[in-house]
Amino acid sequence: MERPLWMLCPLLLLALGTQAPTASAWGGPPLWPLPVSVQVSLSALHLDPGNFYIRHGPNSTAGPSCSLLQEAFRRYYEYIFGFHKWHHHPAKFQDGTQLQQLLVSVVLESECDAFPSLDSDESYSLIVKEPLALLKANKVWGALRGLETFSQLVYQDSYGTFTINESTITDYPRFPHRGILIDTSRHYLPVKTILRTLDAMAFNKFNVLHWHIVDDQSFPYQSVTFPQLSDKGSYSFSHVYTPNDVRMVIEYARMRGIRVIPEFDTPGHTQSWGKGQKDLLTPCHKDPTQQNSFGPINPVLNTTYSFLTKFFKEISKVFPDKYVHLGGDEVEYWCWASNPDIEKFMKEKGFGRDFKQLECFYTHKLLDIIASTNKSSIVWQEVFDIGAKLQPGTVVQVWKEDMYNKEVSQITDAGFPVILSAPWYLDVISYGQDWRTYYQVEPLNFPASQQQKNLLIGGEACLWGEYVDATNLTPRLWPRASAVGERLWSQKNVRSMSGAYDRLTRHRCRMVRRGIAAEPLFTGYCENENKI
Amino acid sequence: YPNSFQFRYHVSSAVQPGCAVLDQAFQRYRELLFGAGSWPRPSLSGKWHTSEKNMLVVSVVLPGCDQFPTLESVENYTLTINDDQCLLVSESVWGALRGLETFSQLVWRSAEGTFYINKTEIDDFPRFPHRGLLLDTSRHYLPLSSILDTLDVMAYNKFNVFHWHLVDDPSFPYESATFPELTRKGSYNPVTHIYTAQDVKEVIEYARLRGIRVLAEFDTPGHTLSWGPGIPGLLTPCYSGAQPSGSFGPVNPILNNTYEFMSMFFLEVSSVFPDFYLHLGGDEVDFSCWKSNPDIQDFMKKKGFGSDFKQLESFYIQTLLDIVSDYGRGYVVWQEVFDNKVKVRPDTIIQVWREETPVPYMKELELITNASFRALLSAPWYLNRISYGPDWKNFYTVEPLAFQGTPEQKALVIGGEACMWGEYVDSTNLVPRLWPRAGAVAERLWSSELMTDTEFAFQRLSHFRCELLRRGVQAQPLNVGYCEQEFEPT
Repeated sequence: MERPLWMLCPLLLLALGTQAPTASAWGGPPLWPLPVSVQVSLSALHLDPGNFYIRHGPNSTAGPSCSLLQEAFRRYYEYIFGFHKWHHHPAKFQDGTQLQQLLVSVVLESECDAFPSLDSDESYSLIVKEPLALLKANKVWGALRGLETFSQLVYQDSYGTFTINESTITDYPRFPHRGILIDTSRHYLPVKTILRTLDAMAFNKFNVLHWHIVDDQSFPYQSVTFPQLSDKGSYSFSHVYTPNDVRMVIEYARMRGIRVIPEFDTPGHTQSWGKGQKDLLTPCHKDPTQQNSFGPINPVLNTTYSFLTKFFKEISKVFPDKYVHLGGDEVEYWCWASNPDIEKFMKEKGFGRDFKQLECFYTHKLLDIIASTNKSSIVWQEVFDIGAKLQPGTVVQVWKEDMYNKEVSQITDAGFPVILSAPWYLDVISYGQDWRTYYQVEPLNFPASQQQKNLLIGGEACLWGEYVDATNLTPRLWPRASAVGERLWSQKNVRSMSGAYDRLTRHRCRMVRRGIAAEPLFTGYCENENKI
Repeated sequence: YPNSFQFRYHVSSAVQPGCAVLDQAFQRYRELLFGAGSWPRPSLSGKWHTSEKNMLVVSVVLPGCDQFPTLESVENYTLTINDDQCLLVSESVWGALRGLETFSQLVWRSAEGTFYINKTEIDDFPRFPHRGLLLDTSRHYLPLSSILDTLDVMAYNKFNVFHWHLVDDPSFPYESATFPELTRKGSYNPVTHIYTAQDVKEVIEYARLRGIRVLAEFDTPGHTLSWGPGIPGLLTPCYSGAQPSGSFGPVNPILNNTYEFMSMFFLEVSSVFPDFYLHLGGDEVDFSCWKSNPDIQDFMKKKGFGSDFKQLESFYIQTLLDIVSDYGRGYVVWQEVFDNKVKVRPDTIIQVWREETPVPYMKELELITNASFRALLSAPWYLNRISYGPDWKNFYTVEPLAFQGTPEQKALVIGGEACMWGEYVDSTNLVPRLWPRAGAVAERLWSSELMTDTEFAFQRLSHFRCELLRRGVQAQPLNVGYCEQEFEPT
């Protein structure tokens, strides 16, 4: 029987990249998110766990002193081999079919001890060809992304042998800001849960943890400058994040190339602040329902601003990222309107009854305070909507679903970068495969020039905490957030639903194997059902 | 005082030590109350006038400890806690179990850590005798531990029926001794994704010790794709034109082999599952495959069914019901069997699951009870249908008897079941999706119909949720807030 043509040509069986895969099923390795260009051949190599090493390349700018990579090497070895049963006899393979090492080479200045930023270079290339695999990246951040991809290429054949097909991959993210929002005020989340989430984020190439740390209900952030805030504002003394906890989260994230952006949402959403900081919140008058009720932060007192200055000075030191999220959403005016001191102030300032101007007044002063700490700000869309004057470079996060594309247009038209969250509120659960809806969102689907479109720097999947805590966070986040992860990393034309379903179900089983209780997409099973 | 607290049998109790159901329960509740370790002797500084309660005396009126719970089991109990006594009295051991659970919910701890119980008088009995939970182990395999854990939490909620929807289209995890090929060819993985005979025995006994009946469902003639590979010829071959299309439909109702198989299969099932009732399914039978098959068309002609496939479905189900009857079993069926006018025995129980069609579920209950059949309500309690927000309230505010009917009719509604279908559920998300939402159904089925205040329910249910966490159950939150002891992932 004549050998078919493709057998004579071992490479390039599956070549995908800028040509959109039109075939219905993927049939290739379960990569998630899908890299920019993937070429996988039929030629299979075997890995012997007892004789496979991940090492720094000879010319790499990172070496054994780079703990970020050293730790990653260890982690990924475990992910690749650790969860399968394997035996200790040295495997005997045919010559020429064994992969003995993965060499990781960082090309430019590694940034090994630095924190990741919005501008971090996450690109990498991966060439798997007997006898070694070569992972090349400009910075350690790309190396981390590449390690994850490499770990997704290894599988076990029917004899249990670890196998990888010779392949060539080039990859870089479509959007630089790919985040997950967690809310630790509506429900406290134990540190372990946050660290688990960071692990899962790394599996999905997310690179921002938007930590909505405090809100109306509780204030778990233990401030060194104002310890009363958490003493009086947390649910209990055990429902706090100590400075050590915060440091742990930041470093754990850094080791995975994930930025931690804290959100201290003001002037609304601040009920819990008032418990430990007297006179911070506006006292509401003429409230028939309650005696001592309080509203948003009081914008007319000098003490407010001296407090905010001291507070954000601490925040700027504790959180190393360049950006701080200032919130600014859902500010209700009725309490301000009821307060005579505020009424007087409004008159003096000539604001009349226009409380938007009062909110702007507060916002401007807050933004100045942040600027003086040498940080940049992110705000919710309301801050833009009320017409506040924002410093150039202030990022606006769009969360309201109604006509969000129009909102994105307006904001980018005004020259501000945008983070998109509106279609990705993962806390709003519903029956069925809602991951499909998240996947099919096209972030750049708004009317704008190319230059404007460049201002959409990415998006965030939000898991608000009203109905979420450590008991249900992980299955609610994953694999639904994975759909968002691919939409933000992969190329625009990666849209085949059947291909995505195939890869995502397998990726989900992999997450379960790695200890992440990701829920099922649909009827079916994983090989290793009961690792949880 | 935990170090010396005991559960004791009353001298005149018909049930004494040696009764596994209660002996085991005493151990369980001791651990739930005080933890597994030992306690030191307390140093007394009697400031309050509290009397030391060192034991709960349990008295059961009716003997009998080795039986299985039944639909007729009496679960009444009274609990009397005062200066003179700490006494739990019940008709049967099943009532004692219910009372022990209530007792465990009465004990509280002061800020200093001392255990207390207030003087109490409780007289309790369930409103409905059938209070069930359905798990689906075909769409997703559930490890044995998940099932056993679920039985534990069912007991905390006074559920008393585990409706085990064992097999369906996607997989056949039940290990059949008579037809091992069913499992070998039909399970997702015949080694890792099956329930062995031992597993099944374990579930049944674990349930029994908690006063929970196991109602096994083997759903036919639809929902049977996974049966096909193991029993060639069982399923109807569908035709496209004059040729078989290669796909299969429901069980083939015209072959004698089919009934021979069902006979042998259900002989095994009735010997494995001790409950009087078996659930025979009968839902969502798609007629299109039958319609396409020429042999079936002939059969329909011969029988004079014309083109009314409901009659063919009836024919199958009636024959099946007769088979199961011969084994001395009663049966539960889904409502389609009633809707399609299948002739069933008068003691058949009909389970109502469809919310709007063919009629709204309350109307369906009316029709079923009007025809003198007993009914189970599930339609408003599909826990798998998640949505944003506190949907537990919707489950809680259902009133099962809110239909037009005589008191005799209403008495025919013997209870209901919360259903957790498995399309989107496996061991990664089963527990938070089940609890505490199923708790709302549990109260609706046990407690008085006058309990309709959702505010009051919220207070108790959120407190109970924290207690579930303390007991190691990964129950999700009802609303914003916190528990003293949060769930910690391992």
